Amino acid sequence: MSNTTALDVAWAIDWLRRSAAVVAENRVLLSELDRAIGDGDHGENLDRGFSAVVEKLDAELPTTPGAAFKLAAMTLMSKVGGAAGPLYGTAYLRAATAVGDAPVLDSATLAAALAAARDGVAARGKAEVGDKTMIDTWTPAVDAAANAAADGAEPAAVLAAAASAAEAGAVSTDPLVAHKGRASYLGERAIGHRDPGAVSSAMILRAAALAAGGES
Amino acid sequence: MKKLINDPKAVVDESVEGFGQAHAAHVKVNPDPLFVTRKDAPRAGKVGLVSGGGSGHEPLHAGYVGYGMLDAAVPGPMFTSPTPDAIIPATIAANAGAGVVHIVKNYTGDVLNFETAAEMAEAEGVDVRTVLVNDDVAVEDSLYTAGRRGVAGTVLVEKIAGAAAERGDDLDAVAAIGNRVNENVRSMGVALAACTVPHAGVPSFELAEDEIEIGIGIHGEPGRHKIPMENADGITDRLLEPILTDLKPAAGEKVLLFVNGMGGTPISELYIVYRHAAKVLAEAGLVVERSLVGNYITALEMQGCSISVLRLDDEMTELWDAPVNTPALRWGM
Repeated sequence: MSNTTALDVAWAIDWLRRSAAVVAENRVLLSELDRAIGDGDHGENLDRGFSAVVEKLDAELPTTPGAAFKLAAMTLMSKVGGAAGPLYGTAYLRAATAVGDAPVLDSATLAAALAAARDGVAARGKAEVGDKTMIDTWTPAVDAAANAAADGAEPAAVLAAAASAAEAGAVSTDPLVAHKGRASYLGERAIGHRDPGAVSSAMILRAAALAAGGES
Repeated sequence: MKKLINDPKAVVDESVEGFGQAHAAHVKVNPDPLFVTRKDAPRAGKVGLVSGGGSGHEPLHAGYVGYGMLDAAVPGPMFTSPTPDAIIPATIAANAGAGVVHIVKNYTGDVLNFETAAEMAEAEGVDVRTVLVNDDVAVEDSLYTAGRRGVAGTVLVEKIAGAAAERGDDLDAVAAIGNRVNENVRSMGVALAACTVPHAGVPSFELAEDEIEIGIGIHGEPGRHKIPMENADGITDRLLEPILTDLKPAAGEKVLLFVNGMGGTPISELYIVYRHAAKVLAEAGLVVERSLVGNYITALEMQGCSISVLRLDDEMTELWDAPVNTPALRWGM
């Protein structure tokens, strides 16, 4: 790995800005995925939330990664709405708690923060792997991050491993029947559609890896 | 799309602003974050009742803020749950120290936002109980779905739990009667034509000219199936059958029959549905003790209706009859 960045507050801010950019770029795609099996507003809602995060970052710069996560949590919780708001809000809030006021995250702290975020989403949404939700993205990402960290990978490589596993996890929702959310009312009609929350989660985890410079 | 609006993005704010002006004797509107409280909230010693959800179901919930019903309502964006930043101050505004009951329709977004808000309000010292309404028999109730949706039964929960809070019941008692209403009410809806969300600009689902959707939710989400159009008595039979199969009332039991319009159906047609529903219930040996007919929980201008049957006991009947004075429901005072 070359040109990798330490996971400091600058990385955390870059991650959030890149997340906002990728969500804005894919706003229509995410809403189209949601229209197929939900109520069709995932792209708009998430775009509104991350745009608000960027506005907050323009107004005041957080001083630690944890503070940046907390800013994202509170903003997403109040601006996204639907189910995605409390789920993403909880994810960032648990990650903020896990990293505390550490100025720079090492691989172990990073892996623990991702696991805490996933645990928060799973508890709030009462979802498990295979339910066709964000958890199908988050759990493989958390496992890949834990393995990479245990193998001694540097933080950027941990994030790259998490992002790749996340993307595969999102694809894994295609053949599933949904057990949570509005998609669950469709029964077998949800088969063949990719879960929009699983897709946006993979985009956001990829943004974290790109911000760390671990992969182009 | 033809609607009496100025700007699709301003529909909720402008509507609630007008609502607050029209009903200034009953309510106060807090514009940002958006929530509505009883003018005299919080009422000393009284348990606070707070509900909320996506807009587009008017008069639910803000129309039921007032004496004998809700202390606060939190209107979200159109068909989208409100967020904790609005639910928390509404909860605090409704709290007189006796705690607050959240009445939440079982939709994933509403449940997650109210749950998060309840946790945060508790952290600020407010005792919160939640009554989750899930009366819609159109949806399979199993571990493998998000569970039954909360629909028209919500109005009955808000009225009866509101009367219990008004007479001075404590927090657990108000939550218990709310849960008891929910356990004894079942609902099922039908759509004859879709509604159009203003910012979407196109109908939220497709129905052919001669087609209806049985088991519709209050946002136009799909129900059980599409069938060819039938007459009112036939449709009424299709709505009542799953309700009675699920509720299993015994002959001689007393019930409340509620025929609710979805926003785009004339009241005259709702009475045609009521007429046949009352006959079917009578034939099943049930005593229709109380009734409610009208547009009480809607889906914008959707054409259609829902039928709800609530199994009554003496206490529920007494609380139903208790005085209520809100913008959308008023009797006895």
